[in-house]
Amino acid sequence: MKQLLKLTAASLLVVGALGVQASTLSDVQAKGHVSCGVSKGLAGFSSADSSGTWTGVDVDVCRAVAAATLGDATKVKFVPLTAKERFTALQSGEIDMLSRNTTWTITRDASLGLNFAGVNYYDGQGFMVKSSLGVSSAMELGGAAICIQAGTTTELNLADWGKANGIDYNSVVSDTNAQTLSNYDAGRCDVLTTDASGLYSMRAGANDPSEHVVLPEIISKEPLGPVVRQGDDQWFNIVRWSLNAMITAEEIGVTSATVDMVSNNPERERLMGRSGSTHEYVGLTSDWTYQIIKQVGNYSESFERNIGVNTPIGIARGVNALWSQGGILYSPPFR
Amino acid sequence: MKKLILDSLGKSKHRGSNFRDLLYNNEVRAFFFQVITFVLVVGLFYTAIGNLFENIEERGINTGFSFLNNRAGFDILPFLGNIVVDYTPESSNLTVFYVGLVNTLVVAFIGIILSTLIGLLIGIARLSNNYLISKLAGGYIELFRNIPILLQILFWYNLFINIFPHPKQSLAFFDIAFLNQRGLYLPKPIPEDGFLFVTLAFIIGIIAAYFIKKFFKKKHELTGAHTSTWTYTLGLVIGFPVIVYFLIGSPLQFDYAVLGKFNLKGGMAVVPEFLALTFALSVYTATYIAEAIRSGIEAVDKGQKEAAAAIGLSPIQSLKLIVLPQALRVAIPPTINQYLNLTKNSSLATVIGYPELMSTFGGTVLNQVGQAVEILAMAMLVYLVISLFISLLLNYVNKKMEIQGR
Repeated sequence: MKQLLKLTAASLLVVGALGVQASTLSDVQAKGHVSCGVSKGLAGFSSADSSGTWTGVDVDVCRAVAAATLGDATKVKFVPLTAKERFTALQSGEIDMLSRNTTWTITRDASLGLNFAGVNYYDGQGFMVKSSLGVSSAMELGGAAICIQAGTTTELNLADWGKANGIDYNSVVSDTNAQTLSNYDAGRCDVLTTDASGLYSMRAGANDPSEHVVLPEIISKEPLGPVVRQGDDQWFNIVRWSLNAMITAEEIGVTSATVDMVSNNPERERLMGRSGSTHEYVGLTSDWTYQIIKQVGNYSESFERNIGVNTPIGIARGVNALWSQGGILYSPPFR
Repeated sequence: MKKLILDSLGKSKHRGSNFRDLLYNNEVRAFFFQVITFVLVVGLFYTAIGNLFENIEERGINTGFSFLNNRAGFDILPFLGNIVVDYTPESSNLTVFYVGLVNTLVVAFIGIILSTLIGLLIGIARLSNNYLISKLAGGYIELFRNIPILLQILFWYNLFINIFPHPKQSLAFFDIAFLNQRGLYLPKPIPEDGFLFVTLAFIIGIIAAYFIKKFFKKKHELTGAHTSTWTYTLGLVIGFPVIVYFLIGSPLQFDYAVLGKFNLKGGMAVVPEFLALTFALSVYTATYIAEAIRSGIEAVDKGQKEAAAAIGLSPIQSLKLIVLPQALRVAIPPTINQYLNLTKNSSLATVIGYPELMSTFGGTVLNQVGQAVEILAMAMLVYLVISLFISLLLNYVNKKMEIQGR
């Protein structure tokens, strides 16, 4: 009986504790790492190598937040999630932030209890087919079987596009990226559709990339970015401005190599926390932006290291270039 | 319980004792602790659920069931569910629920029939006197029972889509049915005017066959003369509708699949997701059913078989008339459990994308709407109802099979 009472009391405490919400920042600092939801493996965005080290542009956002809050970019616990699991994991508090090529839409922003902290990659949905099919435009896809991953905006876009263009198709839905890809490889479907970045990443991973063609049509806007739970504005600000710090650093021209140089550019000194008190507003130490740039690098460094033209994935900056260089990447000022 | 307390009160009065006796009375004590446990359990659930909704509200997540009326907006792999419910991306989320439900029920239904047939066969073969047959059956059971079902589903599915040819090189059976990596394409029957009569003939055939069987059974009981009825049954259930069909001029057209630009078009496509899932579930569940059947047969006393042989029944007759009816009585309860398991295991289909309840409603809709509590509660309710229904049905069968007059 005593055992039972103890057990019951303990369960009540656990259930009660779920109701109490400490701030995410103090949680993270107490446990000493940031739990970050990432994909189960999308080369260039988030994927683990043979030694278990995660790399990618989405991973770099997690690392930037860890550098800002804990002063150490390696203190991230990566939680690989499928598209279907990701929001539940964030809502339930299993992860502190989600950085998993997730499209920012009004429904997700306004009805799931989540907030998008910005955009780290502007994407759009595209199609990939085997070159042997001889298809050169998505408009020729009537009657095709299309492989698609469950629980994505891609599913919705595809249905809209099919209806708008009067194209009839069979959708073959899989749970994971891996099964979608293996379905496409085996020939269960003729076409693979997902965000164009994902297509390039998958094509780079194919045995012979030249056997696959990414069709020219882009059928949607897919702004991808990090997501946090609603209701913790401080944490929201930290994630948003960690990403902005990387973008601003590129704009000012600070890289991980040049971050230690002191200059007389006031904007640069302000970004590096060597003047002003912006760090106090987000509740971090004054070197938080310094740590991000020192350990992770600016946006351009992250982009070129993971998905740039010199990597196997080979994506040009395109719309993801800075606003001052013909793209739409734009960070509000550090002031 | 109340009566117990009163009884114990009465007893203690006789002995002229007091509260102490009541305190040390086992039944009163047991009752007291049961009440406490009950209150604690209910209290715990109440707090937990209250807490849950408070948290959900605090985090700004939508609640309620209004999402069911919203437009779904995504496509589902075309299979029976889409056809029965008439699904398009314009349909509501509730329609998605029905599509998933139909697809789950189809797998459960076909899976139960197939696994019972395979299980019965393997269970009997396991006990065969023929060394090879019994060892093969034993090997089958050991092999499939000891591999996780999730792996088996993935294995058969990936095998299917890799082993069969591309639609352009489909395996054809007289240009009527086609098999390729995207499924089995059968001709789609399109009934025309007058087909109703054929259906009617079929129903009349079944009813007539039932009464003929009843009649000969009665005759058998009265006179002891045995008449085989299967020829009558076959004639009435199959022959009669076929004659009617040709008499009124074949009122049925078939839509055959033809090769389109990418795929076979038309016909009736049985998708590989369904084939792999049903196959994996049936093969796996059949091992447990086979073991249940074997234990049932072994539970029948050896003397029964010997007695059957002594009165001149052939081994087949002995199995059919003496052994199996008694064996099934033992085998049915564990078999019920396997039917339930099969139905619940069908939710593993999400890994291969078969559009059953958990992959459509509990998967895509959940992800688009984000209301995990409501959606999963609905899905849980469905599995609960299906399971209770199956167990109710089989309890009824079980009761029927009980030894009469004991």
